[in-house]
Amino acid sequence: MSNRQEPAPSGFTRRSFLQGMGAGALAAGTGVLAPKIANGAPQDAAKPALCGPDPVPVTLELNGKKVTLPLEPRVTLLDALRNHLDLTGAKKVCDRATCGACTVLLDGKAVYACTVLAIEAQGRKIETVEGLAEANQGIATMQRCFVENDAQQCGFCTPGFVMACESFRRSHPKAARDEVLQGLGGNLCRCGTYHGVTQAVLDAIAGGK
Amino acid sequence: MELAWPDPKDTTVLGKRIVRLDGPDKATGRAKYTYDTNRPRMLWAKYTTCPHGHARVKSVDADAAQKMAGVVAVEVLAPAGAELNVAFAEVAIVAAESEEIAREAVRRIKVEFEVLPHNVVDDDPQAAGASARPGRANVQGDPDAAFKEAAAVSETEVGCSIITHCCMEPHGSAVEVAADGKSLTAWCSTQAISGKNGRFANEAGIGDASTSVAICQHMGGGFGSKFDIDTWGQWAAKLSARTKRPVKVMLERDMELALAGSRPSAFARMRVGCKEDGTVTAWESEAWGSGGTGGGVGVRELPYVFGNVPNKRTRTTPITTNTGDQRAWRAPNHPQMALLTMAAMSDCAAELGMDELEFFKKNLGYTQRAKVYEEELNLAAELIDWKKKWMPRGDQADVVRRGLGCSIHTWGGGGHDSNVQCTIHPDGAVEIACGTQDLGVGTRTALAIVAAETLGLPLEKVKVSIGDSRLPPSGGSGGSTTIGGISSAARDACVQAANALFEKVAPELGGDAKKLVAKGGKVYAADNEAKAIPWDVACRSVGAQPLVTTGKQQRALMQQGVGGAQAAEVEVDVETGIVRVLKLVAVQDCGRIIDLLTAESQVRGALIMGVCSALYEERIMDPVTGTLLNPDMEFYKLAGIADVGELVVKMMETPEHLGRGVIGLGEPPVISPMAAISNAVANAIGARVARCPMTPDRVLAALHKKKGA
Repeated sequence: MSNRQEPAPSGFTRRSFLQGMGAGALAAGTGVLAPKIANGAPQDAAKPALCGPDPVPVTLELNGKKVTLPLEPRVTLLDALRNHLDLTGAKKVCDRATCGACTVLLDGKAVYACTVLAIEAQGRKIETVEGLAEANQGIATMQRCFVENDAQQCGFCTPGFVMACESFRRSHPKAARDEVLQGLGGNLCRCGTYHGVTQAVLDAIAGGK
Repeated sequence: MELAWPDPKDTTVLGKRIVRLDGPDKATGRAKYTYDTNRPRMLWAKYTTCPHGHARVKSVDADAAQKMAGVVAVEVLAPAGAELNVAFAEVAIVAAESEEIAREAVRRIKVEFEVLPHNVVDDDPQAAGASARPGRANVQGDPDAAFKEAAAVSETEVGCSIITHCCMEPHGSAVEVAADGKSLTAWCSTQAISGKNGRFANEAGIGDASTSVAICQHMGGGFGSKFDIDTWGQWAAKLSARTKRPVKVMLERDMELALAGSRPSAFARMRVGCKEDGTVTAWESEAWGSGGTGGGVGVRELPYVFGNVPNKRTRTTPITTNTGDQRAWRAPNHPQMALLTMAAMSDCAAELGMDELEFFKKNLGYTQRAKVYEEELNLAAELIDWKKKWMPRGDQADVVRRGLGCSIHTWGGGGHDSNVQCTIHPDGAVEIACGTQDLGVGTRTALAIVAAETLGLPLEKVKVSIGDSRLPPSGGSGGSTTIGGISSAARDACVQAANALFEKVAPELGGDAKKLVAKGGKVYAADNEAKAIPWDVACRSVGAQPLVTTGKQQRALMQQGVGGAQAAEVEVDVETGIVRVLKLVAVQDCGRIIDLLTAESQVRGALIMGVCSALYEERIMDPVTGTLLNPDMEFYKLAGIADVGELVVKMMETPEHLGRGVIGLGEPPVISPMAAISNAVANAIGARVARCPMTPDRVLAALHKKKGA
């Protein structure tokens, strides 16, 4: 999974969250909310603050547009997209960062949206499979290559695969077949479309047919 | 126009490589699946489940969940006294305002269980004790005498674990009872949409089939596990009726893997006897396995394909286990029977010192279609370079050893009942409607291809509607029967429509409707192409109302019964036990091909599924607690993109095969990969790995056993 990296801290990290948990024992039930944190401003790790459990305003930079909505801090980026914003392209399959069906791009890097909290994604550019299409007159080169190579059957893994492939193509603009196989190990398909996916990536790298 | 399929040489789109029509929707995320259903005021429902393999419920305390803000309904499904016989069985269901609240609420339901004895052992009839129920021995001919006279006798022990369907989109439904409380709409991930509306209405107790609609525009895989609405669909309907709100119930991955369908395991001890020339004369098999709480075993009869071996003794022992029950899994029982049979045959060839491929060919007389198999085995051998690469077992001393293996299979196919409506509008627009569903195999595209070919139109001109219970009924997608049913019914509907149009337009084109053809977007008399009328203009003669015809499945256009041969090349590291598939070759016949591209895709997909069951996936049960140890996709392993090797697919397109009518393709190609890969590994290391998936530990165990022997 050479193309996959842990998301960079955006003001709300797993570490600060866990540190906050310690203070949370004292402040439990008070629903203390630090709007700064909820909005993604950097914070001092020495002074952890809490947010939630009630919904907090969350601002996401989604496909080039800023969207603010109230979300419980525990809502994942995937659930925010699917359940709150009706962007259902990213799919929920394993819900445990294994299968890649929920892949979206965060600042251009492929991430599993099921394992990123929506509040963590604040202040970062989020790109979904729908956004990729919109930014390219309805269908991007990678998506067209998927269609032409029949790189999809039931299609449930496809949007995640498309985004992982797109991220890979951007970071490996001259990749050969072996690198493609190496780079896309983070996505799973049950119908068995890998042959088409591999060819789609190679075609997209070559600029599309 | 005749009903018969046009000559393959004369077609424009039929049998060509046509990209699927819904490809752009899927690749851009626009395609809406059941899981993607979002309705105003929709509730999410989740389950509390049983952690034990077998238990009786002592008490259920749902108070804390009931009192939670955002929880709208709680139903206890297994009250005190209820006996649950499989881990992850449903105890209670909660409907809440959000997915997060529903998840939290089910954790707050306190359940006390009395743990009861369980059995999850499916691979050892002795250890399974009373759960194993030995069947009667079947004897044909005189196996004892035949074994005595045999030039070589081989012994084989091999089997395969229970695997699950592991659909990417889990099972589930969303149901919305209308504000008037008299009708409902249900979105359901299903392999059979026709008639589902009535099922949901019945469960909801709201209206009936006439006031209800079931929808499945896209579905994320079924593989045989999604025919019924299941208790999950029932509860979506009931909870929607009770709360008067839309309710979505989609299984979490753990329940999906534990309960939503599995393929029975199959293990066997076998002996095969043959003559000096490789002709098999004797077969003996003792088989066992489990399909869950109802027993069952992945073996119907042995030997598979080579059924006419004259002397045989067979016995099968089903074992009842506290595991989620079997459902039809793509070619039910065939992959298991192929593994057992092809492994035993391959071991007999090795015992005799004969090339496995030649050995298989020598015994094709025992099959139903010797000529087809011979042709297909020869092609598979050529495509994998068998003659050059094959080495006898045990000839290699390197750490990384290579091997070849092959297998043959069979399936029925045929076509299910289907109705297809063809509408030609006065402005030339064409609509095809059928209450079928597209599991990802290209059903939508196939309908468009048949219509476009029959009416001589470009594909874009045909609008296809499927996946809705209001459309003309069509059968469930099982047993590879969809393509035969829908393609022949579509041909029937379109031929009727074309002939009706020809009657109306004939006065302008020489008067003889029988001479007219529709081709290249024009209608003309076959002997006077110069005087052609464009399609849209011809359609004006339809009059004010559209022309509507309904076609039915046509026996003359479809067939059943296919063969298929596959070969595998593998590499085995004898120090680590890791097996790598280098190349898989599939040679497959399926009669008349509608879309060569999606047909090839389906065969490649089947090969990949076969790699999964040969090397990676299995349901792992804990004998101590009786629960499922790998209820997630991290440890329920599927092959990744780098794990499948080179895939070569050759569809049989000779006039003989194409002349047979349409035959389904869903099941056949998934049957042989596990057997071919098992044989290739045996060829590489000179020992039979006793169980699929052939994980490194099992490969090393086989090598160790060989060394000790």
